[in-house]
Amino acid sequence: MAQAGTRNRPLSPHLQIWRWGPHMFVSILHRVTGSGNVLGLAILLWWLGALASGPGAYAFFAQVMTSPIGYIVLVGVSWSFFTHMMSGLRHFVLDIGAGYELEINKIWSIACPVLGVILTVLFWAILLLR
Amino acid sequence: MGNGTSIGRVRGLGSAKAGPHHWLQQRYTAIGNLLLGLWFAISILLMPNLSYAAVTEWLGSPIPATAMALLIISTIWHARLGLQVLFEDYVHDDGSKFAVLAILNLVSFAAAAFGLFCVIRLALGGA
Repeated sequence: MAQAGTRNRPLSPHLQIWRWGPHMFVSILHRVTGSGNVLGLAILLWWLGALASGPGAYAFFAQVMTSPIGYIVLVGVSWSFFTHMMSGLRHFVLDIGAGYELEINKIWSIACPVLGVILTVLFWAILLLR
Repeated sequence: MGNGTSIGRVRGLGSAKAGPHHWLQQRYTAIGNLLLGLWFAISILLMPNLSYAAVTEWLGSPIPATAMALLIISTIWHARLGLQVLFEDYVHDDGSKFAVLAILNLVSFAAAAFGLFCVIRLALGGA
């Protein structure tokens, strides 16, 4: 070890070496949306805290979240949630050793983020148009 | 860690043997998140409106309160595991890594405790 770190050893190729494909995009998107979901958790906790604090606190929460910026944030975290859910389901399939064939892998790498957007649109359409 | 024999140079540098446990817990909580997250999204859509009265009445009943408590535990646990991997990947300095992981643990437990307290207060009629 003492010598191993100092020797000029070859590094494994990283992002800029490979030709870009959908599988790389969906992999990075999974990490990005997973981190984004932390903001969703914070809003969920604020929501619960406002509910537990009383009508005044809830009115303030509702006022912030129904402002234009509030809607943008809520649409964003719902997109992050549904997208992470779809790419997470993809991970379950990969975990059992399936879905590595090039064509199949490419199809689901594209389908997962698209399904995430569709679920987000459906959710808000039902919520606002009911 | 010695410099003498070849075994002495690599001893202690292998896996900590805790990886599979972390990996599996990430999957178990993911299954929980899938079920509870879908339950939450559908519940939001099924509620007549999202007024204070409607939501507190909903969270005051036993099954939604239980599911919300489980949602808090499962999602925050999953987030803690995921963020740990994130920090281990991107924070290279040992001291900083220890610090962010210590903070992550404190914030995760505090967040879960806060969420559970709020649900219990709503469910038991304190609010």
